[in-house]
Amino acid sequence: MNLLAAPIVIPLLLATLALLGMRSHRWQQALAVGGAALLVLVSFRLLFRVREEGALALQVGNWPAPFGITLAADLLGAIMVVLSSVTGLAIALYSVGARETARERFGYYPLVLLLLMGVNGAFLTGDVFNLYVCFEVMLMASFVLLALGGEKPQIEGGVKYVALNFFSSALFLAAAGLLYGAVGTLNMADLAVKIPAAEDGGLLTAIGLLFLAAFGIKAAIFPLFFWLPASYHTPPPAVSALFAGLLTKVGVYALIRFFTMLFPLEASFTQPLMMWLAALTMITGVLGAAAQHEFRRVLSFHIVSQIGYMIMGLALFTPLALAGSIFYIMHHIIVKTNLFLVSGVVHYLRGTGELKELGGFYRARPWLAILFLVPAMSLAGLPPLSGFFAKLALVVAGLREAAWALVASALAVSLLTLYSMTKIWGEVFWKADPTPNAEAAMEPARYRMLVWPIVLLAAVTVAIGFSAGPMFALAVDAAGQLANPSAYIRAVLGTAP
Amino acid sequence: MSSLILRTATRYLVPLLLLFSIYLLLAGHNYPGGGFVGGLAAAAGLALYALAFDVRSARTMLRLTPTGVSALGLMLAALSGLPGILRGSSFLTGKWMVAYLPGFDPIKIGTPVLFDLGVYLVVLGVTMSIIFALAEEES
Amino acid sequence: MELLMAIVIGFLYAAGVFLMQRRNMVKFLVGLALLSHGANLLIFTAGGFTRGSPPIIPEDADVAPILHADPLPQALILTAIVISFAVLAFALILFLRAYQTTGTDDLHDLRSTDT
Repeated sequence: MNLLAAPIVIPLLLATLALLGMRSHRWQQALAVGGAALLVLVSFRLLFRVREEGALALQVGNWPAPFGITLAADLLGAIMVVLSSVTGLAIALYSVGARETARERFGYYPLVLLLLMGVNGAFLTGDVFNLYVCFEVMLMASFVLLALGGEKPQIEGGVKYVALNFFSSALFLAAAGLLYGAVGTLNMADLAVKIPAAEDGGLLTAIGLLFLAAFGIKAAIFPLFFWLPASYHTPPPAVSALFAGLLTKVGVYALIRFFTMLFPLEASFTQPLMMWLAALTMITGVLGAAAQHEFRRVLSFHIVSQIGYMIMGLALFTPLALAGSIFYIMHHIIVKTNLFLVSGVVHYLRGTGELKELGGFYRARPWLAILFLVPAMSLAGLPPLSGFFAKLALVVAGLREAAWALVASALAVSLLTLYSMTKIWGEVFWKADPTPNAEAAMEPARYRMLVWPIVLLAAVTVAIGFSAGPMFALAVDAAGQLANPSAYIRAVLGTAP
Repeated sequence: MSSLILRTATRYLVPLLLLFSIYLLLAGHNYPGGGFVGGLAAAAGLALYALAFDVRSARTMLRLTPTGVSALGLMLAALSGLPGILRGSSFLTGKWMVAYLPGFDPIKIGTPVLFDLGVYLVVLGVTMSIIFALAEEES
Repeated sequence: MELLMAIVIGFLYAAGVFLMQRRNMVKFLVGLALLSHGANLLIFTAGGFTRGSPPIIPEDADVAPILHADPLPQALILTAIVISFAVLAFALILFLRAYQTTGTDDLHDLRSTDT
């Protein structure tokens, strides 16, 4: 199944080609856009194959599992790869319009491609240690993207981002080492077989919690999220959007993968812990957002609160709730990236993101206003957009489990999200412009180049909303494969568990 | 740092170091060595050259930019996975062919050598970009 | 041997975390480095010790000795060392740039992007 290697090898090869042609902006742009488009095609092909044939696996170099390097895709992994490719395409197109020429000279496009390689690798690897390696590839690319340009806020945000992520990587590494010591394998399918049979349950719970802390930092869950709102608003808008869409979601993916397949949540300890984390993440995130008055800072805090919803689905730990979580990720990656892209257009037009200084965009650019409204209302969970169905699934799952407090906080947070979004709408788009004629001149061709990816993502959001039935069925299947990973194990190890 | 002794010695040492790095690269499949150490040895040679003469002449000696060298290495390493696919097995599967040259033992050449060459170039490129950047910062 | 290693690892972690609490950037970085060394030794120890029997097939045999050192933890550590070397090098340069642009090496003064 060499198709599995394609989402990793394609961006790598194109990044090397882009690095060799560093002088030519056109060449790099063409490679980034073309490569992202190719990734979209490949990832959809992968999704369809997985949908038809069940989980797929590739033993790289033909070394048999659990000794060699395994790539494996079940539905969750394939869905995530599709999402990352679509986001990558939007970001590549937007970057062409953004024209960060100085940054392009220092390898902006190769870094974006390498970041996509790391992200796809993390979704497709079937091995805990290679998950660590892919995390590092992704983080390394993100470190450089975040600091590239060297403006003071970027450097300051970068220090916090690098320090905390390095710390979390050290925890991850320690946990992987202990896991190897305790079970004697790091292949995920092999682990899924051996962990339930292992005797030392206490040690394994401790290892699981170490993984929780490591992925918790990366996914920005309470109380480990402070690096996110301190850094995500500092780099150029396209980079912010890429990070906002993908990076924390890799952490969430790892949490879902680990705490369903490897360390299933235990009702006695880890499940209530996860519920608390979910509720607190949601609430602190949304309250933080309510206190902010800068476009991207508001959106950054909303990432945190949205992560809470995804953790909520995991914490409830029923098939429906897990499906809700997966559907939520599908909706969130598209919507969040799009909101950051809109904030970027505003930033390029006005040179600021302070809500106080902005205004009058509905009058000046009504289409942009509508393009903001689609993802914003989707984020707040208004029907018939994708966010509504995502939240509906989680709330229904919560009610079935009688987790009243969790459901109540989810609903309250949803209301406050609506408040934040209407705040942005009122300040940026609706109110009269406090400083008229402050708009920087922008040639229409560049403006169109910036808006097209936003249209693309908004269309995806609407499409997810209107085809919520089949999409949710897909999420249910993905959750089913997580709850019962026998097909995955068979694909990797070649034998029934 | 440009003493006559160092410069004269460097002229003899750099070719030796580069030759030794290639020996390490080729020996690495079955004996101690490999692309990583080989690349480091080559980088040591170039760094010595940059110390004895100057960074600019070391850069010209490398011809490509250090980033270009590592990009080339990454590409070779990734491409070494493709023969496995073309012959109908997994990505990165080792494929070997034997070259018979008159007067020599049969020489086995395979994709792992290509991969190691990629590693060699990556290590060389990355090390040189670090050393050049630091050396230029100094001067 | 395990006990000794456990003490060493514990000490490395303690020193790393202690240094990470400091406000000075350089100390913070040294703390991170110690932490990653601790993690590497932890993998090494968790993999188990086998003395004097490398995982190499002797020339006169077809398989390695039954009791041989597990090569996997060493491969993992090697990878992890290279990665943490790269990240640390990057962090060092980043912190240097932070010092140059902000004029301070006190982490508590880097607050302008906080909320």
